[in-house]
Amino acid sequence: MAGLEVPSWDPQAALVIGVVLFEAIVLYVGYGGLERLVGSHLIDAFVGGDDTA
Amino acid sequence: MILLDSVLGTIGGSPELLALFVGFGLLVGILFGFFGMGGSFLVTPALLMMGYPARVAVGSGMAFVFGTAVIATMKHHDLGQVDYKLGGIMIAGTTIGIEVGRAAVFYLEELGLAGGIISVVYVLLLGAIGFLVTRDALNGDGGGGVDHDAADKDLSDYEIPEIAQTIQQTVRIPPMVTLRGDVRVSAWVITAVAFSTGLLSGFLGVGGGFIRMPAMIYAIGAPVPVAVGTDLFEIVFSGAIGSYLYGQGGGVDLGIVVPLLFGSALGARIGSAATAVVDADGIKVYFGGMLLAGSVAVGIGEVGSYLGNELLETVGLVLVLGAALIVASAVVYTSLQSLRETRRQQPSVAD
Repeated sequence: MAGLEVPSWDPQAALVIGVVLFEAIVLYVGYGGLERLVGSHLIDAFVGGDDTA
Repeated sequence: MILLDSVLGTIGGSPELLALFVGFGLLVGILFGFFGMGGSFLVTPALLMMGYPARVAVGSGMAFVFGTAVIATMKHHDLGQVDYKLGGIMIAGTTIGIEVGRAAVFYLEELGLAGGIISVVYVLLLGAIGFLVTRDALNGDGGGGVDHDAADKDLSDYEIPEIAQTIQQTVRIPPMVTLRGDVRVSAWVITAVAFSTGLLSGFLGVGGGFIRMPAMIYAIGAPVPVAVGTDLFEIVFSGAIGSYLYGQGGGVDLGIVVPLLFGSALGARIGSAATAVVDADGIKVYFGGMLLAGSVAVGIGEVGSYLGNELLETVGLVLVLGAALIVASAVVYTSLQSLRETRRQQPSVAD
């Protein structure tokens, strides 16, 4: 029978969650910065820049 | 560097496997960013087919969902599309559901049945949702996935689906809750939806978005943008709780989660950006097809596993990865085509 259990404090499991959370925040900020820096250049490169303008 | 060494260490020091996880994460991220759902339904079955134990496949899939949801929620928070009251009740119901689902996995694992039963439930669920999404996409009524015109509408403009209206009029057990968009619904309806989706979430190791979002729209009657935003908010909590519980049992492998997240964070940005230039209706049929292909792939993989046929297991894995690759490529390709078309039609705007 699948019984309910109250989660107990586990530093190892908390550390795992912390690592994933930290990585998510770093990636969000990091990729956001990259997007601002090179995003428009990349789009120009893929789409063809101003050749139609 | 230490993290990279640690990740390489846990996946047997294989750079190929690392690249595979990053690439797979990228594909899943594009799909998640574009459709607003589908973050993990490919990850857990793929890990199962790669031979990871059910506990690790489900636990790592859930931790991956948690990380991806954190990133997506940070983006949607600014759009004001989160109903925190709805989210709070959903979190309570989902928490209990996840725990029951997780306990069921551990129990089935003791019996040696976990992998098989999880796969069968996946096949049925993916097949059913894939069929519905494909049918709706072909009928052109916009069912399944995110309506990308949604951002332009006011919340009160959204029509409540007939089935949600019936539920709201039939189930009037107090306390009644008023949600954003002036939707009034019994807290018990929300709790029941939350428990059911939490149960699947805990059992399958998925965030539950592809089940919960339609459930919030069709059973609770929440406007589409509120359903999307609140769903993401909730996935952060359900993913964290699920990951913690699986982490206690050693079910979360950072060697899998870290590279997947590395790829999906980038993919989610690409997918989200694509929503600004592409109408999702044209691609929904691919999405439905991908769900169906995923369901067939898991089925083939399971038959191969049952017969001890490695070729069938490989075919299943290739089908899962191939389906994700085709749909993600279609999203990127269609976006670039739309951008090119826009620039051709409005050359003076660029000046």
